[in-house]
Amino acid sequence: MAQTKTISLSSVKDNLENFSFVIPAVLIFTIFYIIPFIEIFNLSLNEWNGISLNREFVGLRNFEELMQDKIWWKSMWNACYITLIALTFQNALAFALALACDREIRMRRFYRVVFFIPPVLSEIVVGLIWRWILNAGVQNGEYYGLLNHFLVQSGLPHLVNNWLSNPDTALSCIAVVHSWKGFGWGFIMLLAGLQTIDRQLYEAAKVDGANGWQKFWSVTIPMMVPVILVVVILTILGSMQVFVLILSMVGQGLVYHTEVPVTRILAAMTGTNRFGYACAMGVVFGAILIAVSFIMKRISDKAKQA
Amino acid sequence: MKRVLIIIIGLAVLIGLIRFTLTTGSTKHQQESNTITLWHWMTDRQEVFEELALKYEEQTGIKVKVDLYAPSDAYTQRIVASAQARVLPDIYGILDKKEIFASFIENGFVADLTAEFQANNAEWELSLYEKAVDVNRFKDGNIHGIKPGIYGVPIDVTNIQMVYNKKLLEKAGISKAPKTFDEFLQAIVALKRVGIAGLVSGWGELWMADCFASNYAFNIMGEEKIMATYRGEVPYTDPDWIAVFGVFETLRKSGAFFEGIVTKPNKDAEQDFALERAAFSFNGSWCVNVYHGMNPNLDYGVMLPPAVSIERPMRIWGGAGSSFVVNNSTPKKDKAIAFLKWLTAPEQQAFLAERTKNLPANRKALSSIPEILADFAKGSEFTTHPTIWPYNEHPLVTEAFTKGLQSIIIGEKTPQEVAKEVQAMKEREMKKAAQR
Repeated sequence: MAQTKTISLSSVKDNLENFSFVIPAVLIFTIFYIIPFIEIFNLSLNEWNGISLNREFVGLRNFEELMQDKIWWKSMWNACYITLIALTFQNALAFALALACDREIRMRRFYRVVFFIPPVLSEIVVGLIWRWILNAGVQNGEYYGLLNHFLVQSGLPHLVNNWLSNPDTALSCIAVVHSWKGFGWGFIMLLAGLQTIDRQLYEAAKVDGANGWQKFWSVTIPMMVPVILVVVILTILGSMQVFVLILSMVGQGLVYHTEVPVTRILAAMTGTNRFGYACAMGVVFGAILIAVSFIMKRISDKAKQA
Repeated sequence: MKRVLIIIIGLAVLIGLIRFTLTTGSTKHQQESNTITLWHWMTDRQEVFEELALKYEEQTGIKVKVDLYAPSDAYTQRIVASAQARVLPDIYGILDKKEIFASFIENGFVADLTAEFQANNAEWELSLYEKAVDVNRFKDGNIHGIKPGIYGVPIDVTNIQMVYNKKLLEKAGISKAPKTFDEFLQAIVALKRVGIAGLVSGWGELWMADCFASNYAFNIMGEEKIMATYRGEVPYTDPDWIAVFGVFETLRKSGAFFEGIVTKPNKDAEQDFALERAAFSFNGSWCVNVYHGMNPNLDYGVMLPPAVSIERPMRIWGGAGSSFVVNNSTPKKDKAIAFLKWLTAPEQQAFLAERTKNLPANRKALSSIPEILADFAKGSEFTTHPTIWPYNEHPLVTEAFTKGLQSIIIGEKTPQEVAKEVQAMKEREMKKAAQR
């Protein structure tokens, strides 16, 4: 009996000791993630203007309204479009440049630094610079926006456009600038991935008579799959949440053509003072992003197994 | 024995620390009780406010801590977040809609200043422009259910009109500023002939386009019909509203708009006008200071937006430019009110007007303003503002309205299509309100 008591006391002590190591992390996670999430979900079930001490409980009405909100779903589509451009254009550019810098070329380090400049710049600054580049204004018969000026000087005046105020080009311009700003992250990660590939694999492929293209498809791509998947997940999460760039490039937006979920959340909070509805948007958007991340994780795991 | 010694030393250190904290805390508290905190969003006035705060400290011994949080959007978010956390400063401004202002009052975040304004035969109230005070006033039977009274202090007045570049108009052979909409369209044709852009404004900030449309709504149909629309008695598909939307279509078709006006922030628009890239601009009286900073030699004049109808006067938005409120729960309420009284006295108002080139809120300080600002002041008799209207439109309808204006400006939709969409949103919101 006495022995059992000693064992159980010692195991309790061990458990307590182990638990004490976990407690700080659990506390931090609870305070900064779990509680805010519960509070946001709670708010999404209410009608609240952000100031009033009284909230009106409306149940799932905000979610019902959200499902029928065409502008919200248009903003989701816009975010998907930006993400699609980033996944293709941005990551293709990042991969191509990473491949180039992985070789023994002159000024390799210089290029690495240069390619990493856009990601470290503030989105506001990038937005304002590109706003100037894409400006469609004219003074004394001359375009003072850099792109239009360049097009006229290059003998392509028919391509001159009101880039940020034209529904056909505004969102694409934002997507391209977002990709330009973001490709440096992918570049660094893909380059790091490329440098971990054992060079002997290439030599073996060469001995087997593989040409450059075959080495790329049969060695580089299979070895890079885990890194590519991480880059893809980060690109999706980053691109779906883009909004500072949009604010600095087109202000409060061009009709609804440049709306993305985060700008809709912001508009609901500060424009129409509907905090409950904004929280419902946040919950749904968060759930979609979690689902996307989960699917990508599954794909990544399967790819690794394969 | 060793353990006991360690415990005694530990306790002594702890007691020492507590005493130190309490002593410094009480000194700090003494200092803090003589300090009032003011939060504002006006980047161009930070230096002047700091100078005035120093002057006030010299005169009264009360320190005013002036904290700037810009831009105004970020400031608004900070104020809302501080209200939620109950950590508002002694003096602050509410830049939001009247409905939100009312919510601040309703929840006890704003002090009722009526008694102060009306003391000594309403000396303080009468020293300030009535329309500026009205922005902070809740009248009898207001729709927000707020106890009638004055809840804020205007520190300057403003109005939004049109400015024109004299040199560019002259270049196009136009000798005087257009007064009617037809004259304005003729001026646009003449300007285009010599390659000068017409109208620039910061309509990337949607409220400015809303303001321009509201001016024409007052001119075309008058206040009564606008309020009836807000009450849901007149639809947006009414011919008068179509005419208001039509103003934007006519301007677009005549090529009056500066390229990219629809997504242009006002800072960019101000730069375009100051650098003489456009002949006209729709902007507020604050622009005098901005243009002076960008191009001190700019030769320009002020005009009311050219009227479409001669039956009714053109009305422009104006009133209090910036107002401050006093935190109702601060123990330093009296000190905060005393500072605001001092700030709105003629001497300080003249100083503010001279340094920041804004119209003063105090009538007696008007004599010291520059000529161009005096021209802006002449428009004050035509001012109106959503904050003094008995009814306001639902924010979602306003959003549909302003986005619709953008659609017309870029030629994507007709006035009729936009009117239909805005009306559909209005009906949806009315239905929702009726269900509650």
